[in-house]
This record gives sequence, structure tokens and C-alpha cells, in this order.
Amino acid sequence: MRFDNLLASVGGTPLVGLPRLSPSADVRLWAKLEDRNPTGSVKDRPALAMIEAAEADGTLHPGATILEPTSGNTGISLAMAAKLKGYQLICVMPENTSPERSQLLRMWGAQIISSPAAGGSNEAVRVAKALAAEHPDWVMLYQYGNPANVRAHYESTGPELLADLPTITHFVAGLGTTGTLMGTGRYLRERVPGIEIVAAEPRYGEVVYGLRNLDEGFVPELYDASVLTTRFSVGPRDAVRRMRELLELEGIFAGISTGAILHAALGAARKAVAAGHRADIAFIVCDGGWKYLSTGAYEGDLDEAEESLDGQLWA
Amino acid sequence: MTVEVRIPTILRTYTEGAKAVPGAGGTLGELFADLDSRHPGLADRLVEGGALRRFVNVYLNDEDVRFLGGIDTPVADGDDVTILPAVAGGAV
Repeated sequence: MRFDNLLASVGGTPLVGLPRLSPSADVRLWAKLEDRNPTGSVKDRPALAMIEAAEADGTLHPGATILEPTSGNTGISLAMAAKLKGYQLICVMPENTSPERSQLLRMWGAQIISSPAAGGSNEAVRVAKALAAEHPDWVMLYQYGNPANVRAHYESTGPELLADLPTITHFVAGLGTTGTLMGTGRYLRERVPGIEIVAAEPRYGEVVYGLRNLDEGFVPELYDASVLTTRFSVGPRDAVRRMRELLELEGIFAGISTGAILHAALGAARKAVAAGHRADIAFIVCDGGWKYLSTGAYEGDLDEAEESLDGQLWA
Repeated sequence: MTVEVRIPTILRTYTEGAKAVPGAGGTLGELFADLDSRHPGLADRLVEGGALRRFVNVYLNDEDVRFLGGIDTPVADGDDVTILPAVAGGAV
């Protein structure tokens, strides 16, 4: 496949069958390999779409500074696109993210502002919003509320999945900004009667939920619960166990959040088997495991991995 | 009939610091009322006007109860209930 430049190659990722993890010939699992995007994650799709939307409506002009709260992947995608397009990028990132993520961001030329570990991405959002108010000339694309995030998946991820798997019955993805689930979910719901849209949400250690009061809680502006069939909370132990099974049985080296998604996908598969229904369950492989090797999730037994991940933003 | 309820840090002032407390009830709403009888004030932090508060997420055996039946969701002996504040999360 040939493209004019790297940005033009975003999307069009492979969908691969998982014959060993699938419970039967009638209940099959399919992995959408989003790690095959230019910077190695699903976030290349929304990042590029948000930048192009801001260029089209005149918000972004040459030499502008982009500001974004991110735990890593969106920042890395934005940094690559910003470098090629001539923008500066400032990322607000929680300090309890893996060092690989900040190294990659700096390589692509981004400046990093750390937000406190306690409160996780919530704090990164709060700090970024305060910085945006202080610097009105900076452009905050704000992935949690930017419709271009959802549109990227409605216009690319959804159509790719349906073209590759017309018999799809379930779509399973991670819940962060909610963009992947909202965009892909809406596209599929409009075309596949009865399709189930399943969210897998990472459950972190206590420090991440350490709000000062409940009113500081956060629900992304993009979130519309009516798109989802259901939503599962997946802890680090199940996420790591499934991430390792994906490598062991199917050869796929994925990040930890993908393990959480696979856990929810296997739950859907188990229900389909029990009900005697056929199922084609597609799920998102968000990224490869490279950026998380230092987290401790890839070595030792499950107890050790779980202990290492406590307090880290592992997804 | 006993259900284990995991309490987030921010609400442990109501449970004398306990990370998890046992409760009973046929539905989530009844379970919260039962907890409130021993931990006064807790139910009010979870429920407002007959529905879960906006920034409170409750999971029954890891599934978000908003997709099951809200506070009318049936609970059974041996179930796990986890209460968490809604926060920004995921690989973003």
C-alpha cells in the first residue's frame, strides 16, 4: 500500500481472527490491530481528525501552540502530526504514567507539563483547563469533548469493521474519552440491528480515585450512555492475565488496556455460548506493549504484576 | 444474605475507614438503605431523587448497574458491589 505521506496512512488497520481464543466456530473473536497506525495506537485517528477540524474552522493557524491533557497515546499522536504540520505541542500528563510515554513525547518535540498522580487523568484535565484559561492563544483540542474525536471513528473505524466483518454482532472497546465507542458504536447501531456495544473501563488503584469531593468527578462531554449495551470495570489482574493470553495463544503483543478489553470480549463470548447464539465479536487492540514494558506487567506472576501496577495509570 | 460492598476512599469517613462492608437487600436500593442504617449518611452520597448521583458509578460483579436496572437492580448472596467516583480514565 502506498501513501503520499505518513499522515495519509492513518487507519485501514487489519482485522485478524483469533482461532485459539474463540470458543467455537459459531462464536468468534476478531482483533482490530490499531497498533498498526503510524505512532502505534488507535489515537492517531482522533488526533489527526481533531487537528484537521481545527484547521478547517480556522482555530489552528501556522505556528500555533496546541495544548492537550493526555495519559500518553493522544499526546504522541498529536506530537507526530504537530511536528509534520508545524505546530507546537504542550501535553499535560499525569506523573504516574510510564517513562516510555514521556520519552516518546519529547522525541516528537512535545513539551510536557506534569499533573499530580493523585486524581490521575482527572487532574490532567483540570490543570489543562486552567492553563487554557491563562493562555487564550493556545489551542486546546480537548479530546473528551471534541466531536471530531467521535467523527473520526464514525467515518473510519466503523466502516472498516463493517466492511471486513458484515456478520458482526458485538463491538468491544475501551472507555476513556469514549470517542471510539461513541463513533464506532453509533455507526454500527445505524446499520446492524441488535448489535451489542460493550465498554471496558480500566479500574485503577485507589490513588487515582482520590478526589477531594464527589462533585469533582468527571464524565466526558462526548459520553452518551444510550450508545452502549453495557459497561464493565476491569481491574489490573484480569487485564494483565488477558493481555498475556493474547500473546500466548494468538501471538499478539498488546498493551495492558487491550487486556481489559479482551476480558470484556471474552465475557460477551461466554454469554453467547451459554445462550446458544452465534457471535462475531470485534474488539480494539489499542496499542502494542512497548510503552508499558517498564510497568512490571510483562514479567513475574500475576500477584507481582498487580502489585507493580497499583497506583500507575496502566491504561 | 450478604453482599460485599467496596467503598471508595472518599466515602470511608462513613465506614470508619473500612474498605469494604457487608450489607443485605434484594435490590441495590435496599442494600444501600441497609448500609445507611449502620453508616448514616452514606446512602445520601450515592442516591439523589431515586437515582444514582451523576458522579457515582456502581458495579455489580464488575458490570455498571446503570445498564442493569439502576438502584432497582436485583442483588444476590455472594455478589460483589463496587462503588467508585466517576473519573477521567482509559488510555487517553
